[in-house]
Amino acid sequence: MSNPQQLRYSKEHEWLSEPVDGVATIGITAHAADALGDVVFVQLPDAGDTVSAGDTCGELESTKSVSDLYSPVSGEVTEVNQDVVDDPALVNSAPFEGGWLFKVRLDPSGAPDDLLSADEYTAFATGN
Amino acid sequence: MTEPSAPPRRTALDEVHRSLGATMTDFAGWEMPLRYASEREEHQAVRTRAGLFDLSHMGEFTVSGPAACDLLDYAFIGNLGSLRTGRARYTMLCDERGGILDDLIVYRTAEDRYLVVANAANAGTVLAALRERATGFDAQVADDRDTYALLAVQGPAAAGILARLTDAELEGLRYYAGLPGTVAGAEALIARTGYTGEDGFELFLAPADAPAVWQALLDAGAGDGLTPCGLSCRDTLRLEAGMPLYGHELSTALTPFDAGLGRTVKFEKPGNEGAFVGREALQEAAARAESAPPRVLVGLVAQGRRVPRAGYAVVSSDGTVLGEVTSGAPSPTLGKPIAMAYVDAGHAVPGTEGVAVDIRGSREPYNVVALPFYKRER
Repeated sequence: MSNPQQLRYSKEHEWLSEPVDGVATIGITAHAADALGDVVFVQLPDAGDTVSAGDTCGELESTKSVSDLYSPVSGEVTEVNQDVVDDPALVNSAPFEGGWLFKVRLDPSGAPDDLLSADEYTAFATGN
Repeated sequence: MTEPSAPPRRTALDEVHRSLGATMTDFAGWEMPLRYASEREEHQAVRTRAGLFDLSHMGEFTVSGPAACDLLDYAFIGNLGSLRTGRARYTMLCDERGGILDDLIVYRTAEDRYLVVANAANAGTVLAALRERATGFDAQVADDRDTYALLAVQGPAAAGILARLTDAELEGLRYYAGLPGTVAGAEALIARTGYTGEDGFELFLAPADAPAVWQALLDAGAGDGLTPCGLSCRDTLRLEAGMPLYGHELSTALTPFDAGLGRTVKFEKPGNEGAFVGREALQEAAARAESAPPRVLVGLVAQGRRVPRAGYAVVSSDGTVLGEVTSGAPSPTLGKPIAMAYVDAGHAVPGTEGVAVDIRGSREPYNVVALPFYKRER
């Protein structure tokens, strides 16, 4: 699956949408979902939580392993995807769409400037 | 043991796996398919239809000669002399202290000939032990790891699929039995064994024949939904079936009695005046298990959704450590996380309340259940 051009990416394999009214949507990439295998449980931050760029804010469990979820940005969580909590397989079937994880109102400082473009992330992920 | 620097070994089906888009993993020095697509769908295919596995990493050794039977009775804890030709038995290799070096399946292929199938990770240990223990016996130990590829067809549709490709009488082939035959024209040892909790077959055949037989099976099973399956679902299948895995439920630190498998130790063997490696230590272990029950291998079923992993502590509601998880995974059949764990005897009775698993600092409630988690309907 190709990485959508309109998103930005972290080296922890999260994607971040272009903020709308200061709020960005966050998920994990298809590459990360494939590496995990079938996701069976997601633990997300709660709406209202403050997250910091690069810090862990949840967990993704698959058949074989558990992985920390990192926030690619700092800010306040405004919404979590209850659909993916109820049906974690959405992370595998639609990582860039219905499998989104949570939304963050970005700190005034905005997104970190070390996030990758789609092409940069594709090169990074396939080089892994 | 494989040297850490050695390049991974590839099975005769390596190109087939790659062309199917398998995610490969290093397993005991072999590059093996972990999954082809969704491991949960592969798991369900084996439970409801049939799955096809490449298990060529398993280690095969042939023990033959007039004293082959005596050698195996001396080297292993079981009574292999009582095994009839054409039948198979689960047994173990132990060290002098009674510690488990490997668990294996032994097929008696002729009066004076046995095929020993060892775990890939322990194959070197098993071969070295067999050769060392063979001293003084009129028997030969042959390393046949490169002689065989091993395919497994597992699931309720397995017998019907295989029947289309073989001249062998599958109806008369009982569980834990094996006979020579042809599969899609290739010579094979056809065994009704497996590690999934389903009916199924394991096919030992020449590596050169493996790709054609694999394809013939997929073609013959297409209408039944036969699905290529990787090692990931093999692990959840055997866990649901309550089958131990060496390195998890079994180790050199445990005797068969500690693992709840004391029934596999046969002290009354006709050969060698009953002598076998580990006998004295195992007699002590048996007595110990009577007087002071060790931790008991139990099943745990989650009340919540977080998955226990090997090494996590089993705790009481006040945090007292009661035991340790040896294997854990989300169970596709139960729809909940499950685990096997060694737990203090006082908390091992099915239905025991107040048992939790410490999952990265959080105490998650679990129900103690009898193994296995899953048993097929016969």
